[in-house]
Amino acid sequence: MGLISAFLAPIGHSTLALLAAIGRVTIFTGKSISHIVRPPFYLREFLSQLLHIGYFSLPVVGLTAVFTGAALALQIFEGGARFNAESVVPSIVAIGMVRELGPVLGGLMVAGRVASSVAAELGTMKVTEQIDALVTLSTNPMKYLTVPRVLAATLAMPILVAVGDAIGIMGGWLVGITKLGLNSGAYLKNTVDFLESWDVTSGLLKAAVFGFIVALMGCYHGMNSGRGAQGVGRATTNAVVSASVMILTANYILTTLFFSS
Amino acid sequence: MTPPMIEFRNLYKSFGDNHVLRGIDLRVNRGESMVIIGGSGTGKSVLLKCVLGLLTPDKGQILVEGRPAEQGDRDAFLARFGMLFQGGALFDSMTVWQNVAFRLLRGKLKRPRDEARAIAIEKLRRVGLKERVADLYPAELSGGMQKRVGLARAIAADPEIIFFDEPTTGLDPIMSGVINKLIREIVTEMGATAMTITHDMSSVRAIADQVAMLHDGKIRWTGPVGQMDDSGDPYLDQFINARAEGPIEAVR
Repeated sequence: MGLISAFLAPIGHSTLALLAAIGRVTIFTGKSISHIVRPPFYLREFLSQLLHIGYFSLPVVGLTAVFTGAALALQIFEGGARFNAESVVPSIVAIGMVRELGPVLGGLMVAGRVASSVAAELGTMKVTEQIDALVTLSTNPMKYLTVPRVLAATLAMPILVAVGDAIGIMGGWLVGITKLGLNSGAYLKNTVDFLESWDVTSGLLKAAVFGFIVALMGCYHGMNSGRGAQGVGRATTNAVVSASVMILTANYILTTLFFSS
Repeated sequence: MTPPMIEFRNLYKSFGDNHVLRGIDLRVNRGESMVIIGGSGTGKSVLLKCVLGLLTPDKGQILVEGRPAEQGDRDAFLARFGMLFQGGALFDSMTVWQNVAFRLLRGKLKRPRDEARAIAIEKLRRVGLKERVADLYPAELSGGMQKRVGLARAIAADPEIIFFDEPTTGLDPIMSGVINKLIREIVTEMGATAMTITHDMSSVRAIADQVAMLHDGKIRWTGPVGQMDDSGDPYLDQFINARAEGPIEAVR
């Protein structure tokens, strides 16, 4: 009996801890959403976050997209050659980028860049009592810190992914015409002909959800950071890991919702 | 009879098994400067944070001018307070004047930007800082200057009640003296009610009208600063004379 309980107790503790964490994140999400729709609104903070989260993430998203598109073209060309289907390269690169790889890889890269920096910034603010100071200055930290970041990431992410999609398709095109001997005009025509508007829209909707997740996890872990440098370090790691896992989970759920008919 | 500005009634607060406050009863009258002393980890900061709603007490009541602190309009309640934090708690991403004028740039006290800047510069002058400091960032200032900026921010909206959390920690004796003098002058000229937390006995003597000693989760002694040296309380005597031997255990 003792042996069984010794085996089961840690599982029980972990399960309870997981459920408690899910509960805390759910409450935090609910609070964030409720503050988004209620004044006061901090426009200056929102615009500043739009710049930090959106504009400054362009290089990393662009680089990820161009190499992904290029590699995808090579892979599909090699794979397609087994069935004499090299001509599908443009359409599969385009569909693969806009539906799946653009939003998911873009989301993961932004999670690495933004969730970590948000968690570190807010975690440092917490341990240096700056968040307490905000409260004493009659400013709600959820409204002033969380809402601008969550809103900025949710709106910036689809734009980032749209740019990333275009760059990724161009990466595939570049490899196609320089290394695979494909015709430039035919490549672009194939891409446009086979791509449907829902392919693009579904990817951008995914991107908005991923942006929301990234900022939310950064804010949640930052505002609940432990004390000292170790606490901030742990918050930063947890923000990136949880955002990445949630992006991959949400991607599967959204793909099922969008495409299972 | 006028109710005290701040009154703690049988206040309890625990963090897990750590019972920090175990029935605090204390009155701070309007216009009075109350200094709370006590060893590290005895719950002095917790007491202030409970008033501001940063922490929720487990039991007991906090009254501000006879009304429960947790009732009524939260913004209006907090607008009555100013607080100087131990480490300054200045916002790194903003310049000095934006820190000082934080309350005047947003919310119910919002003013035009030029006016808010002018008030911030006036408050900076009041704490002995020149106008050129206004456009620097907190990271470019020394510890003493950061404390002064924190003080300017605490008084920027002319609060009725000001809290000072260890205002001289980490400062050299001369700078500590300057901060103590500033606090005393500002509290007197504003007619504000002040609560200060400190271990620094020179601060206590410079700032306090009343002193309260917190020990073992309760107010061990309270009275006018002039009676502190003749209290006859062995705990207070040990603390104010910085003796290693006495009823307060050195290792807690």
